[in-house]
Amino acid sequence: MAVKRMIDAIREALDEEMARDPRVIVLGEDVGVKGGVFVATRGLIEKYGPDRVIDTPLSESGIVGVAIGAAMNGLRPVAEIQFADFIHPAMDQIINEAARIRYRSNGAWGCPLVVRAPYGAGIRGGLYHSQSVESFFAHVPGLKVVIPSTPADAKGLLKSAIRDEDPVIFLEPKRAYRAIQGEVPDGDWVVPIGPARIAREGDRLTAVAYGMMLHLTLQAAEQVAREGIEVEVIDLRTLAPLDRSTLLASVRKTGRLLIVHEDNRTLGMGAEIAALVAEEALYDLDAPVRRVTMPDLPATPFAAVLEDAVLPDTQRIAQAMRELARE
Amino acid sequence: MRPAKEATAPKSVDVALEAVGAERLLAMYRIMVLSRALDERMWIVQRQGKVPFVITAQGQEAAQVGAAMALRPGHDVILPYYRDMTLMLALGMTPRELMLNVFSRAEDPNSGGRQMPAHFSLPRLRVLTGSSPVGTQIPHAAGAALASRLRGEDSVTFCSFGEGATSTGDFHEGVNFAAVLQLPVIFFCQNNRYAISVPQRRQMAVESVAARAAAYGIEGISVDGQDPVAVYQVVSQAVERARAGGGPILIEAVTYRFVPHTSDDDDRVYRSREEVEQSRRRDPIPLLRERLMEAGLWDEAREQALREEVTRIVDDATAYAEQAPPPDPATVARHVFAEPSAEG
Repeated sequence: MAVKRMIDAIREALDEEMARDPRVIVLGEDVGVKGGVFVATRGLIEKYGPDRVIDTPLSESGIVGVAIGAAMNGLRPVAEIQFADFIHPAMDQIINEAARIRYRSNGAWGCPLVVRAPYGAGIRGGLYHSQSVESFFAHVPGLKVVIPSTPADAKGLLKSAIRDEDPVIFLEPKRAYRAIQGEVPDGDWVVPIGPARIAREGDRLTAVAYGMMLHLTLQAAEQVAREGIEVEVIDLRTLAPLDRSTLLASVRKTGRLLIVHEDNRTLGMGAEIAALVAEEALYDLDAPVRRVTMPDLPATPFAAVLEDAVLPDTQRIAQAMRELARE
Repeated sequence: MRPAKEATAPKSVDVALEAVGAERLLAMYRIMVLSRALDERMWIVQRQGKVPFVITAQGQEAAQVGAAMALRPGHDVILPYYRDMTLMLALGMTPRELMLNVFSRAEDPNSGGRQMPAHFSLPRLRVLTGSSPVGTQIPHAAGAALASRLRGEDSVTFCSFGEGATSTGDFHEGVNFAAVLQLPVIFFCQNNRYAISVPQRRQMAVESVAARAAAYGIEGISVDGQDPVAVYQVVSQAVERARAGGGPILIEAVTYRFVPHTSDDDDRVYRSREEVEQSRRRDPIPLLRERLMEAGLWDEAREQALREEVTRIVDDATAYAEQAPPPDPATVARHVFAEPSAEG
């Protein structure tokens, strides 16, 4: 087992899956010669050639559309959207096509496709290099939505996504690419899509997070632990389909729920998780559900003081934990 | 007009007909007549209230049969659009299957009653499933061709759409992608002059769809879509070249839709009856029949026999589909994701 950065774990997953299965191709803007703007695909074109590592024209709908056609015709494409902020032109292809191919053909066709996209704020990316887009996709049956928070999960979940028979939206917390290092098991390390992970055990309250927010939530949990508040932290990992049983079991144990995400508040994942708990575990709650999220703004502003004013941070999360524990 | 002129012209050797060969010509004609009869029956069952909606091909049969005959069914990858009933019939979808589709029956191989009619899908013919948003299948075609080429197949990918689709972003992105990568795709536009109600002149500032090809550095050809022989020849040459690695092509078959866009459309709002009647004078079915007769390949007796055969086939397909069971509501949540048994 070796300690790796998330970006390197992602590249390893792509490399190993391309070596393992000749049907796997990678396509997107700058993924070939440059190796991607975050160098997630560096070295792949030298190893697998330009027929399997394809620098595409600048055309997000086309990238995903081409990947869909290739997937229906027997390949396992991994399409890279350079930033999640640029995925919107491909929404029709993802939602109306990829997500509905199996259903609309009554099971005759499938679309084994991965769309990778770096997402999230905290890197001074401004309006169009910071967005969190997960809820758009988690709303659509037929799509699986995965967000890893550790290098081990990034590698193992990406390998599962590539082997999956259905389209997977694989959102990578780009702030974690180099900031987060961790041990990655050797060999063919695969993490199943679906199960959430208990990242920290505790009994006073349950905090649910994913992506970079998971790490801030863990830091906040360590802070409040020094004050005697033991927080159980759940790393969601797969947003769709949602691991309802792990969430409900934890909330039934702690009686308190905090959801943390950097997506907007309204109709974010927190809303769905809160609704789930309201439907299934209301009488197990000892306090109202709380959320720490971005405020409902069109996007993340660029200037440092403005971004810091809106993005959840460890202090805000810890404060919410303290207040929730006291209620 | 052309038919009158032809009728007075002295009989001469029809070079194009000879090149295509009698067997294929007669097969084309049979498919066109059968398609029209099925098509007319679909409108009848819709007007009878037996099915909620139809969208059909009348007027465009020649373009579709000409293209289909140039392809290798089950080998080449097909991405049709909702007007392509004759194409499907010519490739090998059966009349019963087409009627099961119209009646949204469980046995409908396209979608088991999940999609509106004419959203074709058939794995045995490598027909990839499509949707209603126009033009979305165009990038799929580039991707399918990419996959075929990577495996070393000599199949081509045939992608069909109307002229309205050529205004979409997906047309640009898909054709450009195929052109840059020199993929074996036949982009086949059936220009029937209207995207629902909007005429071609409000759809593009260029004179023809074929002219758009220049922007992608590929060949663009315009062909008379009412002449199945001409379409067959143009598509055959394009297919041959694409199989040999010659890259994509944009073919425009100029045609006309004789019926409203769908059973919910009233085309009197946007085009005159005179214009429609004028276009019907170039109905591809009598046009081909006259040519076949002039060439000595057809006569009234054969015509009568074909009409009777076609009526029997349409009656059978309609009766079969009408009595076939509808989809089971208990299956409505199936196939959202792969089922465990399918993953193996």
